[in-house]
Order: sequence, then structure tokens, then C-alpha cells
Amino acid sequence: MDEGRPIFLQVAEMLEAQILDGSMPEGAQVPSINELAQFHRINPATALKGINLLVDQHTLYKRRGIGMFVADGARTRLLANRRAEFATLHLRPVVDRAKKIGLSAQELQTMIVKEMEQ
Amino acid sequence: MTTVVEAEGLTKRFGKVTALDNVSFSLEEGAIHGLLGRNGAGKTTLMNLLTAQDFASDGAVRIFGASPVENATALRRVCFIKESQVYPDDFKGKHVLRSAPWFFDNWDAEFAQRLVAAFDVPLDRKMKKLSRGQRSAIGVIVGLASRAELTFLDEPYAGLDAVARRRFYDLLLEDYAAHPRTIVLSTHLIDEAADLLQRVVVIDQGRVVIDADADELRGSATTLVGRASDVDAFAAGRDVIDRTTMGGIASVTMTGLSDEDRRAASAAGLEAASVSLQELIVNRTGGRAGLDPSAQEDAA
Repeated sequence: MDEGRPIFLQVAEMLEAQILDGSMPEGAQVPSINELAQFHRINPATALKGINLLVDQHTLYKRRGIGMFVADGARTRLLANRRAEFATLHLRPVVDRAKKIGLSAQELQTMIVKEMEQ
Repeated sequence: MTTVVEAEGLTKRFGKVTALDNVSFSLEEGAIHGLLGRNGAGKTTLMNLLTAQDFASDGAVRIFGASPVENATALRRVCFIKESQVYPDDFKGKHVLRSAPWFFDNWDAEFAQRLVAAFDVPLDRKMKKLSRGQRSAIGVIVGLASRAELTFLDEPYAGLDAVARRRFYDLLLEDYAAHPRTIVLSTHLIDEAADLLQRVVVIDQGRVVIDADADELRGSATTLVGRASDVDAFAAGRDVIDRTTMGGIASVTMTGLSDEDRRAASAAGLEAASVSLQELIVNRTGGRAGLDPSAQEDAA
């Protein structure tokens, strides 16, 4: 775990990553709070907070007495969110750095195309 | 949520020394909490007061809603594992484990045996002949197998090696999951234990300097490094915890930066790094005392 960021966010992000890469498909059961706590060696209340965040965002849903499951359409929604925030979160810093060393938009674009083709 | 531990204006003086100075905080039931601070900060004194092993000079303590002093009913629900536990002469590990059920109603002998195997401690040797780590392991075994509703573990792993500490964290989480209860862990190994803690109370020189949810503290502070004028522009009006300069470069740790602030900082060419719980606590408990000009004046 990255010690500089809230752990409940990291727990949520790791579950989201598993949903996005298909290792936790829609309808699949999510590890229990205690499994998550023991696996990551974290406080169970923190694991619960991460799960609750995903429940609030309708990524997971609770089946009383059984556990947590990945909601229908969760992957599509996550994917849309990730795409929407991609520019601010990831592209912006790259652009800032490119400007600092005098790369033009054209040059940056060529580089991106080349990287994506690899 | 029910409050299980409460301190209000708690003060303890030993002669001219004020070991605890107007300490107030409360801990919720059913969680693992951390009592952190440097050696000599007052952690053990505080736990002594919370468990009625010592009396307060001023202020009030409540556990399970009542004063612990001469309160056998409340104290029966408490287990306090001291770092410097003294055992009777000739007492061996097996005697410790055999006498534990007299004091702890929820004692699980089977679990204790499992823990003995996990920590690989000799039970047939006199306690005073054991190494520091082995004595700590016996303490940990009693602390976990007692399953007391309120368990205080004071520096439980003094002398335990990295493998044994990892085992302790795993067993603690596993048993806590099966038998939820309130656990108060006092330690100065903050980095290691940080992820296990829900609430963090940090004591420095007898005072509470931090009392917050561990996860809210994480990422609450940011260190910006870059040209001093740029860094200071960002630091203006914020709670600056730490500041160092070298030539024209400054490194300033501050709280209250939003994600947007951080992006703006990196756009302005500053390096932004979030601060771990351990760094934050070190900063708040006098991390740079030796370099502090006022401290040098005091010395001179």
C-alpha cells in the first residue's frame, strides 16, 4: 500500500482495476471485508470504507447475508469515468512537462502515435 | 458507535515532571486503535491510568462508561500487556499461560497453543532467562488469546524480529476478524503498524498532538519541492509543518492541498509528494528539533 494516500481509496481502486481488466466480471462475488483486510494487512474498517465507496457509486451491490457483488453495467460505467478523467489526470502532466522542455504539440502527437503503435 | 475509552483533561505529575498534560480523547468500541508517540512521550503512563494501575493527578478516565479505579467489573474485561511486565521468580512460560485463564474469562487455550507454535517460544524456560523477543512473544500470546473486550498492547513487539512481527500482524487481523473487540496498540514502529490502525492518537511530551482517523491523515499533507519563491507562494496561508531550504530551493510540507492544487503545483514545475503517516507524525512530534534555531538557542 502507498502510505501517502488514504488506504480506502486504494482498496476501491484495486477492486475497480479488477473489474476493468475482467478478472472480476459483473455478477461476481467480491472478497469479504475480512479477506480484503487480511490480504492487504489493513484495518477491516478501512476495507469496509473502500467497499462502501463502491456501493455508493453503484459499482458493487450488497446481497444481505451473502456478500458483495459486481453490479450490472459496472465495467462500462468505470470505463466511461476513466476515459473522462484521463485528460486531466494523465495527459495534463505530460503536456506540462512537454512544454517545459519545448516540445511542440505536433512533436508530442507524433511521439504518442509511435508509442501506441508499439 | 459506542465509546469504550474516554480521557478528559487527564493529567499525571511525578514530582515536578508532568508526564501527561490535560489529555482528552475517546476511542470507539470494536476497532484497532493506535497510541503513538516517541519513547517517553507518556504512552505507558496513559495506559497505566486507563487501566487503573496508577492514579491521575487530575482529570477523569472512563472505560465502559465508568471509572476503572477499584472497578473490578470493568477491569475484568480488560487485558493490559506491558512492555516491562515483571513475572514472579521461577515463573516459566507455561506458568504464565496456565494462570492466564484466572484473569481472562474469554481465554482460549487452544488458540494460545497455536500462537506458541507460531512464535516458537520455549514454555519450559524461566521467564527471566528468555530473550527480550521471546518475552514479548509470550506477552503477545496472552494479549491475543485472552480475547478481552478491551486489550492494551504496550510496545508488544519489542525485540521481536521482522518475521515474528509480520506473524503478529497477520494473527491479530485474523483473530480480530473472528472475534471483534477493541484493541489499543502502542508503538513507535509507525510505518509497520499504520495500515492496521483505524484511529490514531499521537502523544508528544504528555500532550495529544494528533487525534484523527488514520486514513484521513494519510495524504492530508504534501511536500512541495522547487524554487523557494514558487514553493512559498503555494505555502502562503497554509498550515506549514516543515520547511527546509538549500540555496534557492525549498522543501515545504503543508496540509490542506487539494488534488487541483497539486496539479497546479506540478504544472508550475514543483515536485509534489504525499506524506506518509509516519513522516507526518515524525514532523508533528519534533522531527527537526536538532535543527530548530530556537532549540539551539536553548542549548547555548
